[in-house]
Amino acid sequence: MTKKTFRQAINEAIAQEMRRDHRVIVMGEDNAGGMGAPGEDDAWGGVLGVTKGLMPEFGRGRVLDTPITESAFIGAAVGAAATGLRPVAELMFVDFLGVCFDQIYNQAGKFRYMFGGKAVTPLVVRTMFGAGFRAASQHSQTLYPIFTHCPGLKVVIPSSPYEAKGLMTQAIRDDDPVIFFEHKVMYDDEEEVPDEAYTIPFGEANIVREGKDATIVAFGRMVQFAKQAADELAKEGIETTIIDPRTTSPLDEESILESVEETGHLVVVDESSPRCSMAADISRLAAENAFAALKGPIKTVTPPHTPVPFAPELEDAYIPGPADIKAAVRAAMA
Amino acid sequence: MQHSREFLTTAYRTMTTIRKFEDRVHDEFAAGKIPGFVHLYAGEEASAAGVCMNLNDGDYIASTHRGHGHCIAKGCDPTAMMKEIYGAADGLCGGKGGSMHIADLSKGMMGANGIVGGGPPLVCGAALTAKTLDTGGVAVAFVGDGASNQGTTLESFNLANVWNLPAVFVVEDNGYAETTASSWAVAGSQVERAKAFGMPGVQVDGFDFFAVFDAAKEAVERAREGKGPSLIHVKLARHYGHFEGDAMAYRADGEIEAIRKDSDPLKIFRQKVCAAAVLEDKDLDSIEAEVAAVIDQAVAASEAAPRNDPESLLTDVYTAY
Repeated sequence: MTKKTFRQAINEAIAQEMRRDHRVIVMGEDNAGGMGAPGEDDAWGGVLGVTKGLMPEFGRGRVLDTPITESAFIGAAVGAAATGLRPVAELMFVDFLGVCFDQIYNQAGKFRYMFGGKAVTPLVVRTMFGAGFRAASQHSQTLYPIFTHCPGLKVVIPSSPYEAKGLMTQAIRDDDPVIFFEHKVMYDDEEEVPDEAYTIPFGEANIVREGKDATIVAFGRMVQFAKQAADELAKEGIETTIIDPRTTSPLDEESILESVEETGHLVVVDESSPRCSMAADISRLAAENAFAALKGPIKTVTPPHTPVPFAPELEDAYIPGPADIKAAVRAAMA
Repeated sequence: MQHSREFLTTAYRTMTTIRKFEDRVHDEFAAGKIPGFVHLYAGEEASAAGVCMNLNDGDYIASTHRGHGHCIAKGCDPTAMMKEIYGAADGLCGGKGGSMHIADLSKGMMGANGIVGGGPPLVCGAALTAKTLDTGGVAVAFVGDGASNQGTTLESFNLANVWNLPAVFVVEDNGYAETTASSWAVAGSQVERAKAFGMPGVQVDGFDFFAVFDAAKEAVERAREGKGPSLIHVKLARHYGHFEGDAMAYRADGEIEAIRKDSDPLKIFRQKVCAAAVLEDKDLDSIEAEVAAVIDQAVAASEAAPRNDPESLLTDVYTAY
């Protein structure tokens, strides 16, 4: 076991699966970089270096650079998955879903159902999301609720390097189309990550911390903020449970409801826009199924219903933080 | 004529199956027996048959809204197809796909597609699989003249050439995208578009099976040899509307009668093979009788087939969840 970054953990999972299964291929814009250009090969390894080193090991035949045509190459990944490969395709920023969404939700997500259970589409779409990079409105969104909405897709949001490696390995071995969300400000986060391959099953939440007073459900980077908030609340004598569902589809409803039954208070922390979000979805889940156990209002912590702003002070105000979470827990318990 | 009796018999059986299948779906739909909506391929048979007779089960095709003909030509079972169109539980896709989503991956048929231009990127993927796993296979995208203007199609032309994929793009131009004339909606020419992407492009007479077959043979062989994609612009016509129930007010008076009389691919095929004295009228008549019986049986089986239990609503969404 060695310390690895979020970036290294994802890279290692892909490399190990490529060694294990010759059907695993990688494709995306500049996933190696420098294709056809006079300078260095593997010039980028993806725009933030996540796939760096794969091309030198596996060759251009299995690490394919693409033109900037998301409809064509995401669609090609879908078609390749339906015919025998196991592609890991990169949609550089999830904000670009608008130019290829048809191939994901209308094609990949529906093949199995429309074709009467006879299709298998083992596709992984890796995509960057999240605010905090000063990347402005079209490179900063948190759009996993849109994919969660679509039957046939699985949606994964790792919250740490350890989680990222195990969930990526599972994603590649999974026989359904998986959308894998990588928070762009987490790539340099570091923690102990096993060297050998391991999987983390989908639909099994991680109980990050246990406390009797309130339940906090958080996703991705928000899990880190929830931990900070929980540490600070503990000093005030408020003990919280933090649940990281890891996947929004499938969703571990049971773990969430069990915890709400125990604590009687629920706060959901979600970096996506508030309307039709995971915050709204999990609030609905608890209201419908654990109403009797609730001792106070469900509270959600989300950004406002605005695009992600560019100006640093505005973006900082946009992103939910530990103080917002603490306030929400107190309000839920008031 | 260099083709064998067996080859010609197969070609005529395929085209006749498509025609009789579609004419019967037309009748049964009008009688209110088929749910939803259907887009019929009658009149375009030479394209599907001429292309797919160059393919085998290891090759893939992706189709369009108007997909029944491509399915039949690629080897899908007509009875299972008819059951699917009826929504039967034992239809080709368990009744969950219907006319616009008929698929049989075991035959290399990646599906009709409800999205105009949905197929070409998928075909790039199937061709990438063939290239990566070195299967020797090729993949063919059928698109209509409507889909030929979609970004997905043009992006796929680019990607297939950049990656040098074993792919063939067949633009079936029946003159109308829904009601809109392709002569108005398509800028430039299909063949010149192909050339602009650096691939060969030819226009063929889609009423002539042999013209389509020969063009497809060259394109498929080129792809199989690793020389990259090609485009075939097939000019043809549909006998029915965009979908069943379309009154076709946009078509000229007498247009369809003239097409049926002078540009029917089955009649043209018959004239050619009989003139070459390879087959006789009675050979073709007996194929028609055989096929008519198959279609009768397919409809009877579809009417009698079990429908889905409500529980199957929830199955086949994921492999595991």
